[in-house]
Amino acid sequence: MTEWTPVCRLDDIQRERGVCALVADGAVAVVRTFDDELYAMSQRDPFSGAMVLSRGIVGSRVIEGETVPVLQSPMFKQAFDLTTGVCLDDPAVTVPVHPVRLRDGLVEVGTVSVDG
Amino acid sequence: MGEALPRGDRILVIGYGMVAHRLLQALAARGITQRNDVVVIGGETRPAYDRVQLSSAFAGASADELTLDAATYRSRRVRIALGDPVVVLDPAAKVVRTRSGRVVSYDVCVLATGADPWLPPVSGIDLLGTHTYRTLDDLESIAHWARARPDRPGVVVGGGLLGLEAANALRLLGLDTHVVEVAPHLLPAQLDVGGGAVLRRQIQALGLTLHLGTSIESIAPGDDGAVDVVRLADGTTLDAGTVVVSAGVRPADALARPAGLEIGERGGIVTDNGCRTSDRDIYAIGDVACAGGRCYGLVAPGYEMAEVVAARLAGDEVTFDGADTSTTLKLLGVDVASVGDAHASTPDSLELVYADPVAGRYAKLVTSGDGRQVLGAVLVGDIGQYGVIRALATSGGTLSGPPEDLVLPAGRGAAADVVLPDVAGLCTCNNVSVGAVRAAVRDGEADSVAGLKTCTNAGTTCGSCVPLLKKVLDVELAASGREVSSAMCEHIPVSRQEIYSLIRLRGWSTYTEVVESIGTGRGCDICKPAIASILATTAPAHALEGENAALQDTNDHFLANMQRDGTYSVVPRLPGGEVTPEKLRAIAGVADDFGLYMKITGAQRIDLFGAQLDELPSIWRRLVDAGLESGHAYGKALRTVKSCVGDTWCRFGVQDSVGLAVALELRYRGLRAPHKLKSAVSGCARECAEAQGKDFGIVATEKGWNLYVGGNGGFKPRHAQLLATDLDTDTLVRYCDRFLMFYIRTADRLQRTAPWLESLDGGLDYLKSVVIDDRLGIAAELEADMACHIATYSDEWADVLDDPLKLRRFAAFVNAPDVTAANAPVGVQ
Repeated sequence: MTEWTPVCRLDDIQRERGVCALVADGAVAVVRTFDDELYAMSQRDPFSGAMVLSRGIVGSRVIEGETVPVLQSPMFKQAFDLTTGVCLDDPAVTVPVHPVRLRDGLVEVGTVSVDG
Repeated sequence: MGEALPRGDRILVIGYGMVAHRLLQALAARGITQRNDVVVIGGETRPAYDRVQLSSAFAGASADELTLDAATYRSRRVRIALGDPVVVLDPAAKVVRTRSGRVVSYDVCVLATGADPWLPPVSGIDLLGTHTYRTLDDLESIAHWARARPDRPGVVVGGGLLGLEAANALRLLGLDTHVVEVAPHLLPAQLDVGGGAVLRRQIQALGLTLHLGTSIESIAPGDDGAVDVVRLADGTTLDAGTVVVSAGVRPADALARPAGLEIGERGGIVTDNGCRTSDRDIYAIGDVACAGGRCYGLVAPGYEMAEVVAARLAGDEVTFDGADTSTTLKLLGVDVASVGDAHASTPDSLELVYADPVAGRYAKLVTSGDGRQVLGAVLVGDIGQYGVIRALATSGGTLSGPPEDLVLPAGRGAAADVVLPDVAGLCTCNNVSVGAVRAAVRDGEADSVAGLKTCTNAGTTCGSCVPLLKKVLDVELAASGREVSSAMCEHIPVSRQEIYSLIRLRGWSTYTEVVESIGTGRGCDICKPAIASILATTAPAHALEGENAALQDTNDHFLANMQRDGTYSVVPRLPGGEVTPEKLRAIAGVADDFGLYMKITGAQRIDLFGAQLDELPSIWRRLVDAGLESGHAYGKALRTVKSCVGDTWCRFGVQDSVGLAVALELRYRGLRAPHKLKSAVSGCARECAEAQGKDFGIVATEKGWNLYVGGNGGFKPRHAQLLATDLDTDTLVRYCDRFLMFYIRTADRLQRTAPWLESLDGGLDYLKSVVIDDRLGIAAELEADMACHIATYSDEWADVLDDPLKLRRFAAFVNAPDVTAANAPVGVQ
């Protein structure tokens, strides 16, 4: 089952930027888009191995006619689809994503416990 | 149609270099990697890399950057084994054995083992300190060896393509470099005597010593048993700490000989026009093949062979009928190209020669006896027409205008608007015709050079055809009534220069205003930092203020330079390179307490490496308290104004260079620009500050200052050009203000001053007319913009330290204020 960890208030995250939070699974990049949607994915940049994804630029990209929100690694600038974690510049590479929700003004990141 | 390889049969590829990589791409493109197992056994420990760009590893490219992208053929059925070369090939049993004893069977085998360097049979050729130049491992051992002997000269044996690459590598390592070539001129395979002479002068001007028309006789060891002296056949004796042999290659056909495959007279595995060897289940491609009696030693023919084999395995009866051997070489700052019949060996052929030794330019066109058909060419210094000439030479098309138009410099001959036939080859590396590119544009598959690269593959290997690709694209777009796209990216449909004007005109001050007025979506790493940089000039505010903080690239967002492991480097400003003992002590104290690695930069500053994100505020608290401020090493901004010591101390100085450098650095600090800006001031004509290699550089004269603009170091070093002479200090500063602001207004994103200056219609003369004569009537405006920048400057780091909101972004973890990056649990650091 999913366990929810409150990590910060919505205001603690600037629009179109991320923060890094510590949850049960490790470090997670929590991102807030321009229209206040929240996303979370692993902090680890799969291309460099550095724990930096929360420090990248948040934007959008049109994929097959649809606009998807993306986070770009600050290291080598690959774009990751925030909804799936798939790297749009190298679809063979994926970053694990986490569920995230807003409860009473608090941003909560979900982790799935194995013994559920 | 021939017979396709039966489903499930195993293809074994021996060798994993550029040509094998190309074969795998071609097999995947034809769906063969879905139906058949492919086993690749590479001898080197690395995956395929771009050997053509080998010497760029010395210019800063990492081994990873040279690695070729295997994405298109990565699949369950493709297995790649490295570092365990095949040592035995048994065609009867259809198996191979590797050095470790592994036995692999095959149904079809493709030999792509490449070539090995040829070593001249002279004494001492195998001494310690003698290297070959072929692989990344070679390069690493050369670098390792030469760095330990920086004061001893390097000698390169061979003045061909690879030899000159190797010489460049030694030069980049700082060695006094000699080149020995047995032919009377450089690049004997590609150039004629005239072209070789122009190249020689250019290369000598770079400080390389050439020994032409002679060969090495022996290499003698010193007391340590390593190379010490190289003796030449003409009696010359060269002191040598490092020797690199690049005197040609021989096909790496060692596997094929005992296997009984037919071998060419001068080596190489003989193949038919289907790239098949004397064994019908074995193919040979690339440098190891002797195709049509010829070993090519170039990557483009190898690529063509790879395509032929892939087609054959898919059942298509394609043939390899010889290949274009045209090449271009961008080396030591000199462009060289050789096309088709460069040596005019066709009977009755004519040669048209244009030579300008002063400008370092040489062009020779080889045509048929009637002057109507282009057969070949040699170009040195300016290879702008390479693509057109090669396309004409390979297609056999007839010239519509006078042939001299192709070799005369632009402006002296008529404009060479040659109409190329569809069949003309545009990209020989990837065998893309002019017609294919036109079709891709016409059918709407691409409307940019980047798009054409993706959908046609043209221009993706050596890049020499990109100017022609752009030309064909522009003509085709114009013909179809479409605009040539100058869009910055998918979000911002106009160029940086246009968006700059719009932002000024409309008074926009946020990205949201810009994108909602003229763009779409929410931006990317291209448009956001570019617009942040423009707003820094048009609406000055702190880089981390409000909405615009989200636009900044990571370096600007955290006001430090991200390093490869995610830590940051910190560079305090030391204007003009001046520093006091107190400031040095403060910097040293910070390095001590935070465990930072220190390095003096080329720009007379101190770089502190290894800072964690959450340590940056404490580091800067200490630095700011010691009177230091941000050096903007993280920004596309003014970096430094370097200086020599000037007339205060120096016996030769004629002006106070340090004083001017400090004043200029304080004037322009924090100035954001399309790219980084560097400057220097020298106190006399000896030019110790290297001002002529800077974006704007100042050299003292007896009467005042000379101002140079448009220089840079880096991958492609450029000399700055003289903009104005003998200026008094006030006029100099005014010209600098105008020059910088004009650049900021009109340059493209990430375009440094040198290419910007080149792209200006009218070049330096035009720039002079704008900066000095105020031809556009904007000088007062440019100066006012600069005055506004100067008036609003404040130290970004001091401001952050005073602002709790801005400080919050430097926390390692938003939900764990006590956990620092340094004490975080393992696995999240």
